[in-house]
Amino acid sequence: MSVLIFADQADGIIKKASFEALSYGNKVAALLDTTAEALVLGNVTDNVVTLGKYGISKVHTITDISLNHLDTQVYASLIAEAAGKTGATVVVFSQNQTGKAIAARVAAKLKAGLVAGACALPDVSSGFVVKKTVFSGKAYANISINTPIKVISLNPNSFPVTVAEGNAEVSVLNINIPESKVKVTNINKIVGEIPLTEADIVVSGGRGLRGPENWGMIEALAQSLHAALACSRPVADANWRPHHEHVGQTGYQIAPNLYIAIGISGAIQHLAGVNRSKVIVVINTDPEAPFFKSADYGIVGDAFVVVPKLTEEINKLIEKNSH
Amino acid sequence: MKILVCLSKSPDTTSKIAFKDNNTLFEDAGVQWIINPYDEWYALVRAIELKEKDVSTTIHLITVGNADCDAIIRKALAIGGDEAIRINVQNNDSYYIAAQIAEVAKQNNYDLILTGKESIDYNTSSIGGTIAELLDMPFISLATKLVIEGSNAIVTRDIEGGEETAEVSLPLVLSCAKGMAEQRIPNMRGIMAARTKPLKVLEPAAIETFTSVVNYEVKPAKTSVKLIAADNVAELARLLHEEVKAF
Ligand SMILES: Cc1cc2nc3c(=O)[nH]c(=O)nc-3n(C[C@H](O)[C@H](O)[C@H](O)COP(=O)(O)OP(=O)(O)OC[C@H]3O[C@@H](n4cnc5c(N)ncnc54)[C@H](O)[C@@H]3O)c2cc1C
Repeated sequence: MSVLIFADQADGIIKKASFEALSYGNKVAALLDTTAEALVLGNVTDNVVTLGKYGISKVHTITDISLNHLDTQVYASLIAEAAGKTGATVVVFSQNQTGKAIAARVAAKLKAGLVAGACALPDVSSGFVVKKTVFSGKAYANISINTPIKVISLNPNSFPVTVAEGNAEVSVLNINIPESKVKVTNINKIVGEIPLTEADIVVSGGRGLRGPENWGMIEALAQSLHAALACSRPVADANWRPHHEHVGQTGYQIAPNLYIAIGISGAIQHLAGVNRSKVIVVINTDPEAPFFKSADYGIVGDAFVVVPKLTEEINKLIEKNSH
Repeated sequence: MKILVCLSKSPDTTSKIAFKDNNTLFEDAGVQWIINPYDEWYALVRAIELKEKDVSTTIHLITVGNADCDAIIRKALAIGGDEAIRINVQNNDSYYIAAQIAEVAKQNNYDLILTGKESIDYNTSSIGGTIAELLDMPFISLATKLVIEGSNAIVTRDIEGGEETAEVSLPLVLSCAKGMAEQRIPNMRGIMAARTKPLKVLEPAAIETFTSVVNYEVKPAKTSVKLIAADNVAELARLLHEEVKAF
């Protein structure tokens, strides 16, 4: 028996969302009184021994470089086989782009029930019940998984990373890699920016900012906070900002630890993309803006005054704390 | 080419989300049902665009659900597509739903099976991958572009911080995301034509379910926003530092 956590990588580096999945899997293993083991596919530059600090006793690897490209068919077959070899009764993914691509496929292969979008540890007091977000973050469902093997895909930013001392044992899995039917021909990475879907902090601007020429102060705030940039739909539609920054029902759905909404009214379609954020800060001139109802902190005020001041105050505190 | 587009019905985004029967069922009174937006805007419309390029293409629409779905299926047929299939059963288990679709697909040799990237009610992103697994086909998720070249598909998908393009031979399953196509409003001719397009109702195959809903919880409203005076921005910076630990 074991809990097997799939540790996803990009460009040879294990993703932050995977550390959450590893911490989560470790806690699930504790609930079930078993061990947490990890699986890493492809060639990584991280020293996987260090995954021990997330409570992982053993890291299984298949280091073939071809696995640095995700092919759902190949991945599912390797992960399912690894689950079999390690006697996994629970397989954990992060519900990031990779998890969305493979968790269901692995579950189907293992004939395992799946909870995708989990946001809490399972309740194992009677059966195996996992809470997940539904209705685009407006509600939760408690789902009972009724199969011997369970697959859980954990929402990013919904579970704290816990770190302790420890090294993991590394074991190279000897599994034949099936031939891929997917030939990657091009990869286009946006360089020099923090990817929105991975970001811890997101600074977002709306139509209240009046025009693309006013984004300098938004970028400055984002820079101070090491945040990614986002925007509302009309802002992307008007080409004030690139489409890859558009969040909401029709754009990206994100769940950062902190979302700062500036000059955005908080329409329901916008909230559908951001209301799983842990903390929401709203800066808006209109005290009646619906966004304040979903906010944790707010300033009723003019962004053109508040934002530069906020950046200045944050920089002061950063400066002070560095001494 | 034969394309299957998977559609699900979902409550309109602006619907009030509430539950009944001890929070075990979704309260559907007064809810307006729509085609799950990603299924409609991206999967269905891209299929129609492919048919416009190659008129020999046939498009089947499929949904798993009870007769409540017929209105949204007719709307989908009004936007485009040749015929629709409804599998007459209500179920929340995503494996069960995907397996029902896979059963139909096995008998029809589709070249392309399209889904939306997720449903806006259950948000699992799992139907496409499950169908692909059951049919042993390649599956690409969050596809933003699709070009067909002979018996190959050139597919671009979102990856963290960028995009990736790959070449895959058909048949293929795709989940479709923003970029794939633009929303279309059905016109009068489409609405008239949809009335006579076939809508086959099939009884479900015997498939097991792997999960069940115990109950639902409405997300509690945020207690209330902590407002900071506009002339005291330093206080917000302090809170972001000390309470939120943002830096
Ligand atoms: C089917 C559908 C899908 C949609 N999908 C999305 C989506 O994915 N994402 C999305 O964002 N929207 C989406 N929308 C649009 C959504 O309904 C809103 O229209 C949109 O979010 C509004 O954008 P906004 O808040 O930037 O602009 P507005 O609603 O115009 O709000 C601007 C805000 O700025 C404030 N403001 C003005 N001046 C200042 C200032 N100087 N300082 C501070 N605040 C100021 C105003 O008080 C106001 O609240 C969708 C709509 C539909 C119908």
